[in-house]
Amino acid sequence: MQTENSPYAIETRNLSIFYGSFEAVKDVNLQIQKQKITAIIGPSGCGKSTLLRAFNRMNDFVPTSRVSGEILLHGTNLYGKEIDPVEVRRRIGMVFQKPNPFPKSIYENIAWGARINGFKGNMDDLVEQSLRGAALWDEVKDKLKQSAYALSGGQQQRLCIARAIAIQPEIILMDEPASALDPISTLRIEELMQELKKNYTIIIVTHNMQQAARVSDYTAMMMLYENTRSGTVIEYDETKTIFTRPKDKRTEEYVTGRFG
Amino acid sequence: MIRKTFEAEIQQVKDEVLMLGSMVEQAVLDSVEALKKRDIKASEKIFAEDLEINKKRFEIENKLMVLIATQQPMARDLRLLASCMEIISELERMGDYAKGIANINIRMGDEPLLKPLIDIPRMAQKGVDMLHRALTAFVNEDAEMAKAIPIEDDEVDALYNQVYRELMTFVIQDPTTIERANWLLWVAHNLERVADRVTNICERTIFIVTGEMEEIKATDDEFWKGQKK
Repeated sequence: MQTENSPYAIETRNLSIFYGSFEAVKDVNLQIQKQKITAIIGPSGCGKSTLLRAFNRMNDFVPTSRVSGEILLHGTNLYGKEIDPVEVRRRIGMVFQKPNPFPKSIYENIAWGARINGFKGNMDDLVEQSLRGAALWDEVKDKLKQSAYALSGGQQQRLCIARAIAIQPEIILMDEPASALDPISTLRIEELMQELKKNYTIIIVTHNMQQAARVSDYTAMMMLYENTRSGTVIEYDETKTIFTRPKDKRTEEYVTGRFG
Repeated sequence: MIRKTFEAEIQQVKDEVLMLGSMVEQAVLDSVEALKKRDIKASEKIFAEDLEINKKRFEIENKLMVLIATQQPMARDLRLLASCMEIISELERMGDYAKGIANINIRMGDEPLLKPLIDIPRMAQKGVDMLHRALTAFVNEDAEMAKAIPIEDDEVDALYNQVYRELMTFVIQDPTTIERANWLLWVAHNLERVADRVTNICERTIFIVTGEMEEIKATDDEFWKGQKK
């Protein structure tokens, strides 16, 4: 059983993920450090997003998907029979590539999730706190009743982050959270991540290696097995090591842009 | 091959480091040759050419910064470009040693050499030879070759000690020779430093290849070696 003192927020043990008979991700053993940012990098189609989505059972929505092995949160296997996937998603939030606010007001975007999760406290406070936490409050405090769609892309993405943290998850998964944003909005998100990691553990999938290098503390490098086309983690280390002196030659080739 | 352009640019930087290296090699050999012949004009030329060496160093440094800014090098590329920064600065300092030797020749004016130069040109030749091979190891990213060079620094140190003892004999026999002895001692000292810096270049080459930053134990306490115990 993991304790509160465990340095790991979440762990995978011999995790494989299947779509039908196809093994998309094979045998991943990762220990994700608490309150750090872990980046998952690797060439297209190597299973980065599949792995990320497994962390909060998002793949359950794909009918043929199944996993073998374990993902442990505080020692409990998230794929155990007694586990409610909705509860998993409450504790492990997600931010997607394209900002996807609800077609509602800025206020309601945050209040809605909290409300259905049974939040009983002061909703105004929660909305303000979450928007502040996502570095968006000052920009929207005078227009909380306006549609979220009136915000810029970068603001919408921060709103989605505010929505995620409103239900106080332990872990936030980010799937290419800045790839649809302009460079300034991207830097804002990256700065925000540094703030967020004081309270949350973040796992980010990114195609942008420079972004992984800039924001993350740890990096997992994924690759496809040539013969089976299954993806796996080939190297996992501190980010500074991965980008200055990786041990695996394939990582070296990928981060220097010779491969992938 | 992806990143063809970047690789061509890296090759170009390497070529320029080699060019800077050959300017320095020439300056070191010429400075000793000019001293040997007491050719003041030649020394003045070396003095002026040091400006070219400095200029070339800044040119390469600038190129490196542009590459780092625009290409975001990672891993081995990053180690290579960062090491180039270090290597060109080492080369520039070696150029300064040559300039220092030229300066001594100029300041000696009409004074004759205290003694014919024998070991000092040997030191220059050995140092330059080491430098040349160190740069070859660097461009070829050959860690094994780079590892084998620093040990040769001991030969340069031995020559330095030889020069030192010889000059001391002169001074003891006739204290009025002290200034002329001191000039030559400075020349030898500069050449000894050239060889020390070759070791630094070798360390960088090893770092580029292996990612390990390790100080090679060169005996740079040449003066004390052989005095203690």
